[in-house]
Amino acid sequence: MWLIDSSIGRKLVMSITGTFLVLFLLFHSIMNLVVIISPEGYNAICEFLGANWYALVATSILASGFVIHILYALYLTFQNMRARGAERYAVKNNQKGVSWSSQNMLVLGAIVLGFLVLHMYNFWFKMQFVELTGIHTGDFHPADGAAYVQQLFSNWVYCVVYIVWLAALWLHLTHGIWSALQSLGLNNKTWLPRVKVIANVISTIVVLMFMAVPVYYLLGCGSGC
Amino acid sequence: MDKTINLTLKVWRQAGPKAKGKFETYKIDNVSTDSSFLEMMDVLNEQLVAERKEPVAFDHDCREGICGMCSMYINGHPHGPDGEITTCQLHMRNFNDGQTITIEPWRSAAFPIIKDLMVDRGAYDKIIQAGGYVNVNTGGVPDGNAIPIGKDIADEAMDAASCIGCGACAAACKNGSAMLFVAAKVSQLALLPQGKVEGAHRAKAMVAKMDELGFGNCTNTGACEAECPKNVSISHIARLNREFLVAKFQD
Amino acid sequence: MAKKEESTAVETTKIDAKIPAGPLAEKWSNYKAHQKLVNPANKRRLDVIVVGTGLAGASAAASMAEMGFNVLNFCIQDSPRRAHSIAAQGGINAAKNYQNDGDSVYRLFYDTIKGGDYRAREANVYRLAEVSNGIIDQCVAQGVPFAREYGGLLDNRSFGGAQVSRTFYAKGQTGQQLLLGAYSALSRQIGKGTVKLYSRYEMLDVVVIDGRARGIIARNLVTGKVERFFAHAVVVGTGGYGNAFFLSTNAMTSNASAAVQMYKKGAYFANPAYAQIHPTCIPVHGEFQSKLTLMSESLRNDGRIWTPKSKEDAEAIRAGKKKATDLKEDERDYYLERRYPAFGNLVPRDVASRAAKERCDAGYGVGNTGLAVYLDFSAAINRLGEDVVRARYGNLFQMYEKIVDDNPYNTPMMIYPAIHYTMGGIWVDYELQTSVKGLFCIGEANFSDHGANRLGASALMQGLADGYFVLPYTIQNYLADQIQVPRMSTDLPEFADAEKSVSDKIKKLMSIQGKKSVDTIHRELGLIMWDFVGMGRNKAGLEHALEKIKEVRKEFWSNVFIPGAADNMNAELEKALRVADFIEIGELMARDALQREESCGGHFREEYQTPEGEALRNDEEFSFASCWKFNGEGEEPTLLKEALDYEFIHRQQRNYKA
Repeated sequence: MWLIDSSIGRKLVMSITGTFLVLFLLFHSIMNLVVIISPEGYNAICEFLGANWYALVATSILASGFVIHILYALYLTFQNMRARGAERYAVKNNQKGVSWSSQNMLVLGAIVLGFLVLHMYNFWFKMQFVELTGIHTGDFHPADGAAYVQQLFSNWVYCVVYIVWLAALWLHLTHGIWSALQSLGLNNKTWLPRVKVIANVISTIVVLMFMAVPVYYLLGCGSGC
Repeated sequence: MDKTINLTLKVWRQAGPKAKGKFETYKIDNVSTDSSFLEMMDVLNEQLVAERKEPVAFDHDCREGICGMCSMYINGHPHGPDGEITTCQLHMRNFNDGQTITIEPWRSAAFPIIKDLMVDRGAYDKIIQAGGYVNVNTGGVPDGNAIPIGKDIADEAMDAASCIGCGACAAACKNGSAMLFVAAKVSQLALLPQGKVEGAHRAKAMVAKMDELGFGNCTNTGACEAECPKNVSISHIARLNREFLVAKFQD
Repeated sequence: MAKKEESTAVETTKIDAKIPAGPLAEKWSNYKAHQKLVNPANKRRLDVIVVGTGLAGASAAASMAEMGFNVLNFCIQDSPRRAHSIAAQGGINAAKNYQNDGDSVYRLFYDTIKGGDYRAREANVYRLAEVSNGIIDQCVAQGVPFAREYGGLLDNRSFGGAQVSRTFYAKGQTGQQLLLGAYSALSRQIGKGTVKLYSRYEMLDVVVIDGRARGIIARNLVTGKVERFFAHAVVVGTGGYGNAFFLSTNAMTSNASAAVQMYKKGAYFANPAYAQIHPTCIPVHGEFQSKLTLMSESLRNDGRIWTPKSKEDAEAIRAGKKKATDLKEDERDYYLERRYPAFGNLVPRDVASRAAKERCDAGYGVGNTGLAVYLDFSAAINRLGEDVVRARYGNLFQMYEKIVDDNPYNTPMMIYPAIHYTMGGIWVDYELQTSVKGLFCIGEANFSDHGANRLGASALMQGLADGYFVLPYTIQNYLADQIQVPRMSTDLPEFADAEKSVSDKIKKLMSIQGKKSVDTIHRELGLIMWDFVGMGRNKAGLEHALEKIKEVRKEFWSNVFIPGAADNMNAELEKALRVADFIEIGELMARDALQREESCGGHFREEYQTPEGEALRNDEEFSFASCWKFNGEGEEPTLLKEALDYEFIHRQQRNYKA
C-alpha cells in the first residue's frame, strides 16, 4: 500500500489530514467568535453540535483525522531518526531561511496535543460528553456554552495557558499549511514565496480568532462593557 | 593581500566503516586567507606526513565546484559557512585568526563512512540507475530542433540539472532525506518534452529506490535548498510530489 | 650526460593509420558500409573493458552495452558523474548551421584542421565534423537542457578560431550537462545489468596475451587490493596528462598512468609535446595552490583583453598604486584586437596564450606578480546591461569572485594562461585502435583529432564522437574476429605476471620511506615542466629539462615518503603511483619538444618564429605525427613518424589577422 510504504504517500496522508484539521480549526475559530458577538447564537450552535448523530459522526471523523495525523507523525519521525544515522553532528548550525518550527514540528505537535487534552476536559468533556452520557458535573446546563466560556476565561491562568497553546499552534500551522501544499505538489518557483505568505496569513487569522475569545474575557469585556 | 591566520582544527578520524571514530585536534599555523579550504587541508596533510602520520582522508577532485566529489561538514554546515559553493571553493578568508573549525563527514544512514571524512554516496548512483534517464539508445533520434522548447522551460530544467550530486542535501536534512536530489532529476526530465513521455514511471521508480535505500521522509524544512551549493530550489520537490501523486492516482 | 647530444633513434617503419580509400566526404560512410559487424547473439559473449567514465568512456560504455556487448566499466572516482569532463564550461561545436551563418561539415573540418595548425589527420577530423551534428541530437534526446532562444530553438555562441556561431551550450556548465547525459545513459545500462561498474578503481596495467590486449590490472582504492579483469578488448578513455605540470586546470585524480602503462605495453605515444595552454585562467597566487581554475573561453565572446599601454602604468598597478579602472580607454592596449583584427579576442587558444605571455614578459603584466592580463567586461555591460551579462556568465563571475575576492562586474578580471588540455596522447589508427591489437583509446587520452592545438568546444565534441558514434562501430571490426575466443581465466601467467609487476612496484614505493612527500616532488617536476616545457620552449631549455627530470626521477625513487599501508585506502600511495608516471610523461614531452624543431600550435619553439612573433611551421621536415615506441626501462624510446599527407586541404601559414 503506497500510502504507507512510500515516503511521498506518507506525506500525502500527513498533508490531507493536516489540511482537514486546518479546515476544522477555521470552522471552530469562526464559531468561537460568535460567543463575543452573540452568546445566544453561540449557544444555538452548541445546541446544534450537541449529542446529535451528525455531530457525533463529524466528531469521530475529526478524531480519526487527529489520530492518523499523529500516528503518521510518529512513524515519520521514527523513520527519519533512523535515516539520520547513529552518529550525530557535533556542531549544528541553523541554516538561513530554515524556520525553527519546520525543524520542530513534532515538538510543537506534542505541545498542541498536550493542551488539547486540557481543552477536551474543559469543554468537550463538559459539553458534548455530558450530553452524551447525561452525567451532570458542573453548574451550567451543557448547552449553555457561552457561560462555560465566560467562566473559564475569567480566570487569567487559563487565558495565559490558552494563549501559550495558541502560540504553539501558530508555529505549527505556519509550517504545516505551506508544507501540506508543497507535499500535495501545489507549488512552484513563482508560488513558493506566495504559498508561504498565504500559510502565514491563514495561521495568523485562525490563531487571532481563537485568541480573541480569552482576551475578550480576560479584559473583562464579557461581563458588560 | 597575503594575510595569514592560525587555526585549531577538530577533525573526525575513523579508520574504516566499522571502526570507532573520534575527533582529533590539530593546530595549523600561517594559513593564507587566499587559499581554499582544501588547500588548507593539503597543508594539514603535508604537516601530518612530515610527522610520519597518516593524512586525513577526504574526497575531492575537480576543485572548481562542479564534480561534486568534495564533502565535509564544516562548523555545522555542509560545504562550510559560505553560501552557494562547494568546499573546494570555500576560501580561508571566511575564517578568523584563532578560530576553531570542526570538520565532520556527511552523516546520514544511507551514506556510510569509508574513512575519516570520506563517505560512500553510491546510493545516489543507484537512484539514478533506477530511472534517472530517458530511455533512448544511441542513434536514431530526431533533430535537436525538431521539438521547440520554451526558453523559460529550458532554463528551469537547466536549474534543476545543475545538481552536482554531492549529497549536501541529505547531509543537511534533519531527516536524512534525498528528496532534493531526486526532485532535481525528476523535475529536469519532467519539464522537457523528451523526458515527459516516461515521467510517471520515472517518478515512481526513483522514489521507490530512494525509500528502499533508507533515506528519510521530506518534511519540507528547506535545509537542503539552504545548503545546496548549486541553489537547486525546493520547488522541484513540489514538482516531484505532483508527478508522483499523479502517477499513483493513474495506476 | 653522455647521451645528451645523441640524436634520437628514428625508425622508418611505415605506420599504417588504416585510413579508408575514397573521397574525404565518403570515407566514413564507406568504412561503415564495409566493416565487419558482430551479430546480437555473439555480442553477449564478448566482454569489453572500458576504463574511464568521462564523456568518451561513459558514452562508449553505454553505447556498446545498448548494442549488446557485456561491458566492464572502471571509474577512479566514487561515481561516473565526477569524471573531469564535467568541468568543461563553454560548449560543444557542431556543424548544424542553425544560425544560417554559412557553417557546414566542411567548414568545421577546415577550422579544426587549421586550428590544429595542420598537424591532424584529415580523415579523422572530417569524420569528427561529420558526426558532430548527431551528438547534439543525441544529447537533446537524452534531456540535456541546452540553452534555447525565445522561439524554443537551440541557441549558439561563438568560440575561438571560428567565424561562425556553432557552439551549443548549457549555461556555463556544458560539460556537466553532456556528461550527465552520458552518465544517465550509462546508469540505465548499469541498472539493466549490461554494464558492471567498478567505482573507486584505478587501472594500473594492461594485460597483453599473444599480442592482444586481454584485460587489465586495477587497484581497488578502498581496500587496496590489486585485482585482475579479463575482456576480449580493452578501451581506455582516461583523459590527458596535463597534471604532469602539477598546476593545471585538470582535476586532482586526472592522471597519465593508464596511458603510460599502455605505452609500456607497446602502444605508441604520439605527439606528447602538444599541450594546450589555456589563455583565460585565474592567475597563480600562492605556493599553497593546488590547482588552477579556468574561466571559460566563452568569456572572450564579450570580454576584451588588455594590458596597460605604458610600462609605468603597469608598474603602478603591480605596486598597488593604480587600479585597472583608473586607466582611460586610450591608456589601454587591447593587444589581441590590435594584432589580430579579423579574429580579435577570439583567436585560438595558443595564439591568445602566447600573446599574453609576450605582453607580460615585456613588462606590461598586471597583478602583484606581473603575470596577469585583464579581461574586461565594461564594454559588454555598457552595451548589453549587467543583467544580460549576468545571465550569460553569472556562474563564472561568481566563481571568480569566490576565488579572487574581487567583483568582475566592477573591475576587470585578471587572467593568465595555464595548462589545460593535451592534444598528444596514445597513437590510434582510424579505428581508434592503438598499436596493440584489441587495445583502443578514446577521448583526450588519444592523439587523434586536434593536431597541435585544439579549438574551444571541440574536446566535448571529440569525446562524445568517439564514444557514441565512432568506437562502437570500429571496435566491431576487431571483435568480429574474436567471437571464437572463449572468456579466458585470469589465472593465466600473463595476468599473474602483470599483477606481480604492479604489486612489486607498490612494494618498492612503500619501502623507500624517504623524506619528501609525493606532492613536494610533484611540485618540483611541475616547475621544471612549466619553466622549460611550457609556453615557450628552446633547445637549451629542453635539454636542461631532460637532465632535471632525470634528477627528479632519482629523487623520487630514493627519497619519497608514503605513510600508511598498501593493503588499505592510501591516498599518498595513489598519488605516488601517478607521479611516477608523470615523470615518464614529462620526459617524453621534453624529448618530443626537443626533436620537433618547428613551432606549431601549442608547441612553440622560440628559435622558430616569424619576425612578428608568430609560430613558424616547417612542413618540409615536420609534417608528421611523432610516435614514440617504448624500448624498456632506462632505454631510449624510438621515434616513429606517421606522415601527414594532406590530400584535400592546402596547407598555409595560419592567419588570424585578416
